Amino acid sequence: MSIAVETVAPMLSLEQRKRARNVGFSLILLALISAFFFSGRPGDAGFKLVDSFTLVLPSQPFARVLAVLLGALGAVQLYRGFGKWTNVVLAISTGAFVVGFLAWATSGGSFNLTGMLQDTVTRSVPITLGAIAGILCERSGVINIAIEGQLLGGAFAGSVIGSLYGPWAGVLGAMAMGVALSALLAVFAIRFRVDQVIVGFAINFFSLGLTSFLSQRVLTPHPEYNIVKPFTPYAIPLLSDIPVLGVALFTQTYFVYVSVIAVVLSTWFLYRTRWGLRTRAIGEYPQAAGTLGVDVIRLRYRNVWIAGAIAGLGGAWWPIGTVGRFDQNITSGRGFIALAAVIFGRWHPVGALTAALVFGLAEAIQLKMSNLDTGIPSEFLLMAPYIVTLIVVAGFVGRSRAPKAAGQVYEASK
Amino acid sequence: MKLELRGITKRFPGVVANDNVNLSVNTGEVLSLIGENGAGKSTLMSVLYGMYKADEGEIVIDGSPVAFNSPADAIAAGIGMVHQHFMLVPVFTVAENVVLGVEPTGKFGKLHIDEARRMVREISDKYSLDLDPDAVIEDLPVGVQQRVEIVKVLLRDAKVVVFDEPTAVLTPSEIIEFFEIVNTLVKAGRGVVFITHKLKEALHIANRIAVLRRGKVVGEADPKTATESQIAEMMVGRPVQLTVDKKLADAGASVLQVKNLTVLDADGRTHVDSVSFEVHAGEIVGIAGVQGNGQTELVEALTGLRKAAGGSISLDGNDLTHANPRERHQMGMAHIPEDRQRQGLVGGLSVAENLVLTRYHDDQFSHGVLVDWDSANTIADTLIAEYDIRTPNKETGVGTLSGGNQQKVIVARELSRDLRLTIAAQPTRGVDVGSIEYIHSRIVKERDTGTAVLIVSTELDEVMALSDRLLVMYRGKVVAELDPKKVTPMEVGLYMAGSRPDSTVQA
Repeated sequence: MSIAVETVAPMLSLEQRKRARNVGFSLILLALISAFFFSGRPGDAGFKLVDSFTLVLPSQPFARVLAVLLGALGAVQLYRGFGKWTNVVLAISTGAFVVGFLAWATSGGSFNLTGMLQDTVTRSVPITLGAIAGILCERSGVINIAIEGQLLGGAFAGSVIGSLYGPWAGVLGAMAMGVALSALLAVFAIRFRVDQVIVGFAINFFSLGLTSFLSQRVLTPHPEYNIVKPFTPYAIPLLSDIPVLGVALFTQTYFVYVSVIAVVLSTWFLYRTRWGLRTRAIGEYPQAAGTLGVDVIRLRYRNVWIAGAIAGLGGAWWPIGTVGRFDQNITSGRGFIALAAVIFGRWHPVGALTAALVFGLAEAIQLKMSNLDTGIPSEFLLMAPYIVTLIVVAGFVGRSRAPKAAGQVYEASK
Repeated sequence: MKLELRGITKRFPGVVANDNVNLSVNTGEVLSLIGENGAGKSTLMSVLYGMYKADEGEIVIDGSPVAFNSPADAIAAGIGMVHQHFMLVPVFTVAENVVLGVEPTGKFGKLHIDEARRMVREISDKYSLDLDPDAVIEDLPVGVQQRVEIVKVLLRDAKVVVFDEPTAVLTPSEIIEFFEIVNTLVKAGRGVVFITHKLKEALHIANRIAVLRRGKVVGEADPKTATESQIAEMMVGRPVQLTVDKKLADAGASVLQVKNLTVLDADGRTHVDSVSFEVHAGEIVGIAGVQGNGQTELVEALTGLRKAAGGSISLDGNDLTHANPRERHQMGMAHIPEDRQRQGLVGGLSVAENLVLTRYHDDQFSHGVLVDWDSANTIADTLIAEYDIRTPNKETGVGTLSGGNQQKVIVARELSRDLRLTIAAQPTRGVDVGSIEYIHSRIVKERDTGTAVLIVSTELDEVMALSDRLLVMYRGKVVAELDPKKVTPMEVGLYMAGSRPDSTVQA
């Protein structure tokens, strides 16, 4: 074991300085876009908040103010930096920029902002649950690239079983399917020591192929197996009466509430219990836990199974939380976005939830935009969530530390 | 408690790692298990700790045989182990590491971390180990990490504590502290098994010494009467010379000049911090230091494996700060790297191929783009004979040779040409005593032909014995330049730990 050379100097590391500079330039870039692009459309933008109130933003002046503000912040960042406030400044600036973008896109019309927020939360569900599945696996040292496959399998099973025995049975069926697919990952990665990334990809393709085949051959001729009665939103008494937030957060399907519970519970278990301590230990340095009598292999199996159940639940969201049916490749890459949320969230459930909301917002905006006449081609809008993924992972995250033993085969004595 | 190993035999495909080993240790005594790398010490301890199952033989505690299927069984039976590579989760706190596996918990497995802290404090106070339960492991010096390991073992109430090469990573002053802790443990009625290959330490601390060679116990020695060379002979099976035999250096002109060299890693952290020194023809300059103080990065920068972030390196007055490794090689620089498996050799290639790995492109070994295997094989045969490389033949995969013979392949390849500068990092790490003797004599011989030699080693005895001039690195800086004949290992150790003794003689 080597000891790292401690550089205790309070000076920022080279990488931190580089990142601070990049953040500064990014802010200036946002300012330029606001100044020259967003101010190009005259007219007022109406953001409908509640039935009786619509917020009106004059889009041109707003874009100009925004440009000046962002430019100033960028200049300050480049000149002396915001230090530990950098991320806060960046988050607020990006938020303001998004509002500026919406104001530009809506100018001359109006749209339902509250509805968009509600949509954001709804759409973050499978990403959040998928990310928790990823976190549980990776924290115990197994890389889970197969989230996409587990979501897709869950969606298929949820739809078929839900059509036959009702939505609650569908949810259970989806979770069972998630466990089955994750058991496959566990056996190959833990028992047969196959490269975990390759097993994960194999499972993704297996799941896509199998569900597409069954969907064509079974569900198309028998549509009665592919029609679930989805959950309807449940308005939480009192809380749902709060303006704007009541609709966005507290008038949702069970899926939203369950995924919040999943975030809270998984955080508590990971950081406050014996199981969590051992899980994190075997993800960082399994030999340390192994030599203390912890059964590394069994604990990894268990974590991967639980992760599978959670991913399966996330998959059930498509048929049972939204459209009431399964379509080929219905998940369309959300599992990979969940993987990005794991990294963006720094392997912490709360971080993953935050990331999932960002991605959910990107999806919700993309949907709204295709209804407004912005002149942006719809194909480009469809790319938006993925572009956001790239930017977020490359730019915002900076450096985050993965569990050290993730992806490594456990050898009892080393 | 009396712990006995009776007739333990453990076979791996192709080797018998332990061959009918009988050992016993009582509480209240220190048994030192001594042997070369590959003698089977670690395998034996893995058997004792339930990580391997012995093919034959049994473990007996107080007269009754026990069976260990996992470390958990061994721990339950009162056996504790402090591994050579510490089994600590670097991102966890001291308390979290100590209680891992025996966590104090409440409902739903809720962790009582306050209870864990209290347990650490209690043991730490009782044995005066001075540990902060909330410190994060990766921020702690190695000596402190070792104390965390000891607390782990004590918390599980081990009656017999096994230390696997515990002093390998410690500075001389930490070693002294460690021996005090061992004495406290013995006084508290625990038994200690001290595994080492360092003869001096075994003689110093042990009540009994057992010597292991090629998987067998070849004898026991009484530390009160035995001498170092007697034990060394038992370890190796023939008389060996333990001291380096060399004449006074006849230093010539300056060959290597390093000026204000700064080296960073990919994260931008400074590992070598504005280091300047020179190495003259015909002298050996040694660099001492605890592992991880920038020696690795310094060597990588000197040999062109890592970019210098600042400063300059020149050889015979030619600037080669930005030269690539092959250019440096062709200017007469040899490099014996610290990690021979990863940097020194290609394990899957044959001995002959490895011997020409740095020269296959020379005219002597090539016809245009083709390698001239006839002359490569001829030179390989010569080198195998000259450097006493024990290999079935030159086509054997180099990865199958013993550590000592692998190292000889590297030494043969690097030293068998006209050199200006030889850089050797950890030249004898994991090498048997017999080969150490040979490699040391080879390095001294190289010096005597007028080559400048730079030795980097974390084995203080080794650098002090070989060097004509000694530099000490601490946190990326050269903190002292000493005359190895005029300082004691203790004084060098203080510099290695970052303190500045004011009574030492500056060279």
